[in-house]
Amino acid sequence: MLARRIIPCLDVKDGKVVKGVKFRNHEIIGDIVPLAQQYAEQGADELVFYDITASSDQRVVDKSWVTRIAQVIDIPFCVAGGIKTIEEAGKILEMGADKISVNSPALADPELITRLHDTFGQQCVVVGIDSFYNEETGKYQVHQYTGDETRTQVTAWQTADWVKEVQQRGAGEIVLNCMNQDGVRKGYDIAQLSAIRKSCSVPLIASGGAGESVHFKDVFEQADVDGALAASVFHKGIIPIPVLKAYLRTQNIAIRD
Amino acid sequence: MATQNIVIVNTGCANISSVKFAVERLGNQVTVSDDLAIIQQADKVFLPGVGSANAAMASIEKKQLISCIQGLTQPVLGICLGMQLMVEKSEESLSDNTPCLGLIPGQVKRMQVGDLRLPHMGWNTVTPVADAPLFKGIDNQSYFYFVHSFAVAISEFTMASCQYGMDFSAALHKDNFFGVQFHPERSSDAGAHLLKNFIDL
Repeated sequence: MLARRIIPCLDVKDGKVVKGVKFRNHEIIGDIVPLAQQYAEQGADELVFYDITASSDQRVVDKSWVTRIAQVIDIPFCVAGGIKTIEEAGKILEMGADKISVNSPALADPELITRLHDTFGQQCVVVGIDSFYNEETGKYQVHQYTGDETRTQVTAWQTADWVKEVQQRGAGEIVLNCMNQDGVRKGYDIAQLSAIRKSCSVPLIASGGAGESVHFKDVFEQADVDGALAASVFHKGIIPIPVLKAYLRTQNIAIRD
Repeated sequence: MATQNIVIVNTGCANISSVKFAVERLGNQVTVSDDLAIIQQADKVFLPGVGSANAAMASIEKKQLISCIQGLTQPVLGICLGMQLMVEKSEESLSDNTPCLGLIPGQVKRMQVGDLRLPHMGWNTVTPVADAPLFKGIDNQSYFYFVHSFAVAISEFTMASCQYGMDFSAALHKDNFFGVQFHPERSSDAGAHLLKNFIDL
């Protein structure tokens, strides 16, 4: 039976894993390779490395750490952040990443998704979506450049429409980051994820809001997502992955041994 | 065992590095090549692949490797798309079927999974047939990592099966040709064990 995936997300800056509050005050928490290895050994099903410097400034970012991870890691991993061209994506895949994830550049140029699909195949094209629930309008809206608060903007896309668009263009997986929940640790946005699930025929990964083990159970059971991504609860050791996986198994959720 | 000559066929696809690193983690040296002579002299040959069957077959044809691969007599392991290239044809092309290498009888078809999502992406359990050489010492129902939307049906050449909306071949075997639909290079301990079994053949 296909297992639900537990996916730690590591923020990377200059080849180091960092943490910060709302993308500010970044503090180095360690070297990327041993941390990645540690998560793999603890039973993470997949890893996402999000290069937080990439989208928000124009310089060429050194991605040689991708090779160093690929050499030691024996689970799949995805690289996100600042991939704007086929050449950049190709380089990262050649270095050994299994998937690449695009977000703001895909909004600026939706054709990028089509080109990535046609060049590398659907299986390695992940589209990340930052979705914000606007209480006044009652609508879910896609935001762009969320990595830099001076550039963050609301796009014209409603989330459900963008989800349809990226699938038509060849996305193989969608990571839906529910911004209202992000960093609050009060649980995933079940209402939004359930609604999006209905129009999503590719794997859907929940992001934003994990604070305790029961949140993972809820999002798998109630929103039927394929994977759940989280950062701080893993980095701060609030939920050790082996404990989380053992708990989910007792709740009859399909989880890899 | 003496040092083996292990060659990964450079199919021009993107997952070559991860296969290479996985073999190196097992303590082996490995060569990536599209040179006929080097491939022919190998003790073990890997045929990796991701992307589409058309593009991969076009690349193999352009490199004039079709008859070279068909003529190999040493153990060959196709991985993911590499496995799919080993059968007779693939319907992945929308216009017409792509002829494949024809090393193992079978066809690649789009998976029919009802309401389930495609691609079939993630860790799924695998059921090997009795005495399957590549699964020696690996627990039945071990998890392996899959990413694909097309698959080969169960046949007499199925070495292991998997279930996702339908039963399909997770691994194939005929003579010296082996193929796995999943990614052993990304399947943690079970995947490393399978790669070691292949190298030790």
